[in-house]
Amino acid sequence: MSTNITLLIVMGVLFAVGIYLLLERSLTRVLLGIVVLGNGVNLLILSAGGRRGEAPLYRSALDAQEYSDPLPQALILTAIVITFAVTAFMLGIIYRSWVISRADVVADDDEDLRVSQQSTFDFEEDSPVPEDTTEFEGEDAEPAGNHPEKGPHA
Amino acid sequence: MIDAPLTAVSFAPLVVALPIFGAALAFILRRKRRTQRLVTIAVLVITLCLEAWMLATVWGGGTYSVTLGGWAPPFGISMVVDGFSAFMLVVSSIVSLAVLLYATSQGMADGDEDGPVSIFHPAYLILVAGVSNAFLAGDLFNLYVGFEILLTASYVLLTLGGTTARIRAGTTYVVVSVASSLLFLIAIGMIYAAAGTVNMADLAVKLPEISPGTQTVLHVMLLVAFGIKAAVFPLSFWLPDSYPTAPAPVTAVFAGLLTKVGVYAIIRTETLLFPGNQLSEPLMVVAGLTMLVGILGAVAQTDIKRMLSFTLTSHIGFLIFGVAVGNQLGLGATIYYVAHHIVVQTSLFLVAGLIERRAGTSNIERLGSLAKLSPLLALLFFVPAMNLGGIPPFSGFLGKLGLVQGGAELGTPVAWALVGVSLLTSLLTLLAIARVWNRAFWRKAEDATDPDPLLLVGVEAARGATYDIVANEPASRYSDRGNTALLPNGMLAMTAALVLVGVALTVFAGPLFEFSDQVAGQLLDPNNYIEAVLGTGQGVR
Repeated sequence: MSTNITLLIVMGVLFAVGIYLLLERSLTRVLLGIVVLGNGVNLLILSAGGRRGEAPLYRSALDAQEYSDPLPQALILTAIVITFAVTAFMLGIIYRSWVISRADVVADDDEDLRVSQQSTFDFEEDSPVPEDTTEFEGEDAEPAGNHPEKGPHA
Repeated sequence: MIDAPLTAVSFAPLVVALPIFGAALAFILRRKRRTQRLVTIAVLVITLCLEAWMLATVWGGGTYSVTLGGWAPPFGISMVVDGFSAFMLVVSSIVSLAVLLYATSQGMADGDEDGPVSIFHPAYLILVAGVSNAFLAGDLFNLYVGFEILLTASYVLLTLGGTTARIRAGTTYVVVSVASSLLFLIAIGMIYAAAGTVNMADLAVKLPEISPGTQTVLHVMLLVAFGIKAAVFPLSFWLPDSYPTAPAPVTAVFAGLLTKVGVYAIIRTETLLFPGNQLSEPLMVVAGLTMLVGILGAVAQTDIKRMLSFTLTSHIGFLIFGVAVGNQLGLGATIYYVAHHIVVQTSLFLVAGLIERRAGTSNIERLGSLAKLSPLLALLFFVPAMNLGGIPPFSGFLGKLGLVQGGAELGTPVAWALVGVSLLTSLLTLLAIARVWNRAFWRKAEDATDPDPLLLVGVEAARGATYDIVANEPASRYSDRGNTALLPNGMLAMTAALVLVGVALTVFAGPLFEFSDQVAGQLLDPNNYIEAVLGTGQGVR
């Protein structure tokens, strides 16, 4: 099966850009990443259909090999519709998130933070650990220009 | 293709189409709440009856396919009904009907006639349609569409009301789901490039012909895509993050159905598309880690809903265990365990919703005295909780026993290690459950930190003392009358119904195990499936 090299390169760029954007914390960029990735995938399916050919409308004179494969295009059409719906919904969520918190980033989960800090609240662990002051006492070589009076032994 | 004259199986497309039409109707009727409810319930009841009829048809074995639009497979879209898909359909419909009635009762009790939840019923029906479509799909792309239908509906349900917590959870959920869907789509594109078809029966014939390296790539891609949806270990962290914030009925139905659709797809991949257990060992390692990491998370949680979300992901590990073992014993036990897990997790989430209503919180640090305040609630929690922990004679025990037997029959070192991990996980599940029981139900509310006034008022009033602690509290919230006010009969009845279904899984374990064993045998011989779709004489192996 031969493939169009331009399509391949475009596909690679779309995937790279899409994944990069998807990993951002800003929701709008994530959405753009999803859109770009979706287009990359559509190109991938298109190239999965093989080389181009005649429109797949039956003509008696034409050999079966001459038609282009209609199935990937049908798949892409469905995929585009789905991406469209998801994009619209994501925009709704982003807007709502902006209305609520005036922020366009993925927020942290409060309950999750609480559970992860749980052990530090444990008084068994909390009390007996002495304050380690050696670091400050040993720090004679404070940068001379900054705060020379703050060093304990200076 | 079997051209049966007109059997139950001919109605298979209706199982998907009816809920979609019902959703449209329910959406039109959004201003008439009562009619909307009736439509939704009626649609689900009819669907359940159809599915039960289909299950009765395939109970003794046999695989049927329905071809849509008159295009012969592998070109047209086929829907395949075999024991496995029919069984999953029936179990999922029972659960979704029960949860819908629970939600309806909750809605009526709260008098949300003017609330923004008119979208709940249509979205719920679309979710059911998506789940059914995924179970029936005879080609990969239709499976993808089924996934997308159910996911899109689930986005709406998860962010219902648009509060801060739900929007936060919803964003993560949507992005993770979309990423997994894109992966699945990439896998479909690559499979089409490699094999020239997306029909699963046709793929089962053609995939063995392509080079082993390409096969492995495609296999892994499918497993990763499905693994995200099924919440398998390194890909499971979105689930405990997003599920607990949704309304109780939504969380319950998600917990019951969505991850299981992923597991269903994994089972189909492992038995039909790539049979032969090439990835058996990595899957076993993943299954073990899923169990362990999930249950350790559950032990650390103080919120019941979050704890249940973690046990949910943990017990997905048991299902993957059975699939990875891949012999008839393991696979049969997995099929039984899927049904058990759907029913038990859903009922536990429903109970968590009831606890939240009765006590005002689902944080176990703040709960207490519930066993005294509402013995019925305690019973409703206790039975499925013990079931989840795998205490004999409940179905959880039977399922785990089957899986352990399957692992022992395989007998490799990894399988034995996995048997050990699964037993440890059961023990830790019991620990997590016991913590909830001891704190929320057994101890006195006075011992809790910052207990909700609802609990204390109840305790004091039960002692016969007259307290006027909370001035604004309506008198109906005092103890025994508090139960009637806070726990509507409909919600209790539906939770009880699901708990009873869970018990029924134990009572009828004999015939069910026989059935699931036979289904496992069917799954292990892909020729059944291939010949049902493509016609006799097309099978391989």
